[in-house]
Amino acid sequence: MEIINVVTAIASISGLGVIFGAGLGYASKIFAVEEDPKVGEIMSVLPGANCGGCGYPGCSGCATAIAEGKAPVNACPVGGAKVAAKIGEIMGVEASATEPQVAFVKCNGTCSNAKSKYDYEGISDCVFASQLAGGGSKGCAYGCLGLGTCVNVCAFGALSIVDGVAVVDEEKCVNCGKCAKACPKGLIGFKPKSKKTAVRCNSKDAGKEVIANCSTGCIGCKICEKNCKFDAIHVENNVAVIDYSKCKDCGLCAMKCPKHAIKNERIEAMAAKKAAEEAAAKAAAPSDENKA
Amino acid sequence: MHLILLLLAGVFVNNYIFSQFLGICPFLGVSKKVETAAGMGVAVIFVIVLACAATYFVYNLILVPLGLEYLYTIAFILVIAALVQFVEMFIKKSSPSLYQALGVYLPLITTNCAVLGCAVTNMQSGYNFIESIVNGIGGAGGFTFAIVLFAGIRERIEFNDIPKAFEGFPLALIGAGLMSVSFLGFSGLIKL
Repeated sequence: MEIINVVTAIASISGLGVIFGAGLGYASKIFAVEEDPKVGEIMSVLPGANCGGCGYPGCSGCATAIAEGKAPVNACPVGGAKVAAKIGEIMGVEASATEPQVAFVKCNGTCSNAKSKYDYEGISDCVFASQLAGGGSKGCAYGCLGLGTCVNVCAFGALSIVDGVAVVDEEKCVNCGKCAKACPKGLIGFKPKSKKTAVRCNSKDAGKEVIANCSTGCIGCKICEKNCKFDAIHVENNVAVIDYSKCKDCGLCAMKCPKHAIKNERIEAMAAKKAAEEAAAKAAAPSDENKA
Repeated sequence: MHLILLLLAGVFVNNYIFSQFLGICPFLGVSKKVETAAGMGVAVIFVIVLACAATYFVYNLILVPLGLEYLYTIAFILVIAALVQFVEMFIKKSSPSLYQALGVYLPLITTNCAVLGCAVTNMQSGYNFIESIVNGIGGAGGFTFAIVLFAGIRERIEFNDIPKAFEGFPLALIGAGLMSVSFLGFSGLIKL
């Protein structure tokens, strides 16, 4: 009697299961929705970080948009030309090469360059600190607070705080734009990766105030504007801004800037190399004398 | 009259969330925005009503004749899971816009204990088919009512200055507790 109970229980529940399973299997064929196979293929090529840098909700949203032709094959800023080329193959479209962009921080107000109004020992978050009177502890109301909100938000580990100012590692930066949205001071801009010149200041104060607060702030003197041969740099609201569509990355503005607010990494690297060579030569010279 | 009372009792007195504590996970999980909360609520109404009908037939036509009433939990879970799957496929095919609107909430309901709770209540209270459906509408309506109200409160809390330790879920849980207390005021309103 008891065994019969067990058998009916097992039989009826598994029977139900089989019926439902068969029903669902049949229904899935009847109600099958034809999905574009391209969506899956594009999905497999995309980085899959779901960072939202493309403007779509996650990688699947971007893949759907590309498959439907609503987005260009190079819609993914993170994947860059490599991914765009692969998606181009899937879609049968030639991918137009886009210059990869990277983030840069429009501030060089390091601990030694910029003055502080007071010592801040509160919550280590720029958004929080920027809401305090005077926009944070930095003397310059436009400067980087260096509390690392951008560092925390970066999913690719491309940002770090060096000497009180955020610094972008261009090799790791994928141009997703999350840091730019997170920065309460709006200090993070984007430039083509190949262009090494950048204005490292965002202070809209008049020159006198800038000098009082920071040794390397843009004072709006327009020397860069006058020296640029390509009409690529202009002073707007007391701060120089580079138009990267015109900039040829010659680095002249960086050399002429009296406050060194414009940086050109290439020239700086060369200068550093030269200085190192001179130092090495100096170090070598006395040893020669000793031999003699 | 009895049916109207049943409906009102489901929404206010025997509210799934505030007096029976069923379906708390979606209640806390998708109550950050009124819009998504309403989406979840509509999806829950839809699934609960269908589940009430389906479980009524499974219980009375299969389990009772075979003397297998004690297997109702496992049988109901089976029915609900299969039903949600079927509904999802059906909606995807017949109404892509509704499918888009319900989105991820539809499959999530499979694991919503309010659905199972409703089916079990119907069975234990010995409701007939019409009563089961009305109880389902009432219960699911109460769920929607609660989650939308709660989402409205959470949207407002977002903009307030809250001590760091209370941000997010701690305050949400306190708010849910207070709402539950206030819903206790409805108890005794209707005796069924």
